[in-house]
Amino acid sequence: MRRRVPVLAAVLLLPMTWLTISAERSAERPGPQTPPSQTPPPAQQPAQQPSEFELVISGEPGSPPRIAVPDFIAGAGGDRDMARTIGQVLWDDLAFEREFYMIPRDTYASIPAARSITDVPLDRWRELGADAVVIGSVRQAGAGVTVQVRVFNARTGQSAFGKEYSGSAGNPRLFAHTIADELHQQQRGLRGVARTRLAFSSDRDGQRLAGAFANRQLKEIYIADYDGANQRRITVTKALNLFPVWSADGRAIAFTSYRRGAPDVFISNIYQGTLENPARGTERVHNWLAAWSPDGRRLAFTSNRDGNAELYVMNRDGSGLRRLTNHPAIDTTPTWSPGGTELAFTSDRTGSPQIYVVSADGGAARRISIDSYADRPTWSPAPFNEIAYAARTGRGYDIKIYDVAGGERRQITFSEGSNESPAFAPNGRHLAFMSTRSGRSQIYTIARDGRDLRQVTRTGNNFTPDWSK
Amino acid sequence: MSASGSILRPAALVVLMALAVGACAKKQPPIARPTPPPPAETTTPAERPAPPPQPVDTPPIVPSEPTLAVEDLDSRSLDELNRESPFQPVLFAFDSYEVDAAGQTVLNQNAELMRKYPTWVLTIEGHCDERGTAEYNLALGERRALAARNYLVTLGIPAERLRTVSYGKEFPFDPAQNEEAYAKNRRAHFVITSK
Repeated sequence: MRRRVPVLAAVLLLPMTWLTISAERSAERPGPQTPPSQTPPPAQQPAQQPSEFELVISGEPGSPPRIAVPDFIAGAGGDRDMARTIGQVLWDDLAFEREFYMIPRDTYASIPAARSITDVPLDRWRELGADAVVIGSVRQAGAGVTVQVRVFNARTGQSAFGKEYSGSAGNPRLFAHTIADELHQQQRGLRGVARTRLAFSSDRDGQRLAGAFANRQLKEIYIADYDGANQRRITVTKALNLFPVWSADGRAIAFTSYRRGAPDVFISNIYQGTLENPARGTERVHNWLAAWSPDGRRLAFTSNRDGNAELYVMNRDGSGLRRLTNHPAIDTTPTWSPGGTELAFTSDRTGSPQIYVVSADGGAARRISIDSYADRPTWSPAPFNEIAYAARTGRGYDIKIYDVAGGERRQITFSEGSNESPAFAPNGRHLAFMSTRSGRSQIYTIARDGRDLRQVTRTGNNFTPDWSK
Repeated sequence: MSASGSILRPAALVVLMALAVGACAKKQPPIARPTPPPPAETTTPAERPAPPPQPVDTPPIVPSEPTLAVEDLDSRSLDELNRESPFQPVLFAFDSYEVDAAGQTVLNQNAELMRKYPTWVLTIEGHCDERGTAEYNLALGERRALAARNYLVTLGIPAERLRTVSYGKEFPFDPAQNEEAYAKNRRAHFVITSK
């Protein structure tokens, strides 16, 4: 047999261009009716004080601000489709966090389009009930795009937000996502998730094993924008690949792969195309279901290395391995508390799978679920202190959320299909999960109060989502 | 993997390592640097065809060397054998990894067959029905495979001849959603890894 030199780049090298867009402080060329705006400190809370009315858009008392986002203006060399896409995506991004009342775009038809970023018929927008209107323009030169955006107070005509962005034409949605995140930060002191992404496993490629097991369907790891756009595969292993989880910096994904026959934990550095194998599985030592610590330096995972599924913690490079649980029953599916001091996990030590919490130093575990079957705990980020999990409710599962401090449990899905594998968004306001409600297994997002269900995937079957940090 | 297993079954080890090398990425931990070569003579469940257009470096499938047919079964390829599987599966109750009386009978028969073909190395796959969660089922399948393996070891089958792997609910034998299918899918399934 000739010696095989591995030529496989384990993951597709992802184009970097769509990450390099930089947001520049607007040149702030104020027109006559647009006094220079200032940017408030990032952490500023939504202000109700009159002294800040110039910057923070407010609605009628007791109502969220009403905002309109028409198509952006296609300026010199600007692409009309791109201008429309940015407007639509920005509207969707702003609607996602429910901080504003977003005036539906199909009601804008009667209002003449702005001819330039400083020539906006604000009186007409005011007639539509808008407290603010977001006006942007797109200029293109070669592969470079410059996007300008202003948020006008429809009553005063003042500019509450003004910036200019330049970047590549490759992914116009990223302009909208960046604007949405900055607007949420500036107007509401909120960390938006418009630039976050999801990872999940998918059988959409229809790959199967060969030989005697040709009926066995394989899965690869995919990533997508939080809204389901830009779905792309990041593994090319032709193996079973499961349970992807994002690293804290969003540059790596740990996952469970059978690429060597038995399940093992791999870390894919998705922008370098390199792969790490920190848990060092063998034919006998199997490792699966990795979970990054919040600081990104450690991984918890399940392993059979001592003869029975237990939880272990290791540093990212595999050093410092330490056993966390020690029980003859199954201990699996770890998730870290936001401070990294505790972990929740699944154990069948009382006869059925239930959720437990244990100190990151080990010791006694306390049970938090009271269901007939519960699995895939996922701890929310701060400031929330909640653990979501899948609980059996009749034939399938539903997503429940346990309030760690208060001890209350609530349910956010209600037996439409089976609902499993919840994962929190980095701001704790949303979850991604798998549901069979459409007939196949698909990824959905939902607000933490159970509203705003959105379907993210539609191709093949898709499983076990994780939300980038 | 145990040292004695490696010594007893060098050919099998080489096959696995060849697969591992083929499937590995550039950045490779020391463990997967294999010792070289005798010919890979078998396929295993981990083996896949080299499918364009992805630049996947899959190991070659080398046909079996013709061997002297001391026994009928031994003369057949692993694919043929595993397609029909001379070993019966052990079936389990829902959310259980207990080998019941019927399972013990099956394992006694499987042990007989293993004694008849003393060079065969088996992989015991743990499988679950689709009603459990994907995450927990991986551990449950592991338990099922280990339960079958441990029983065979008590019958005197060397542990080195028995590998385990859990597929959870990833590879159902019957995709239907009824009790009959679920019962088929809760199993320890026997695959001949090398002869």
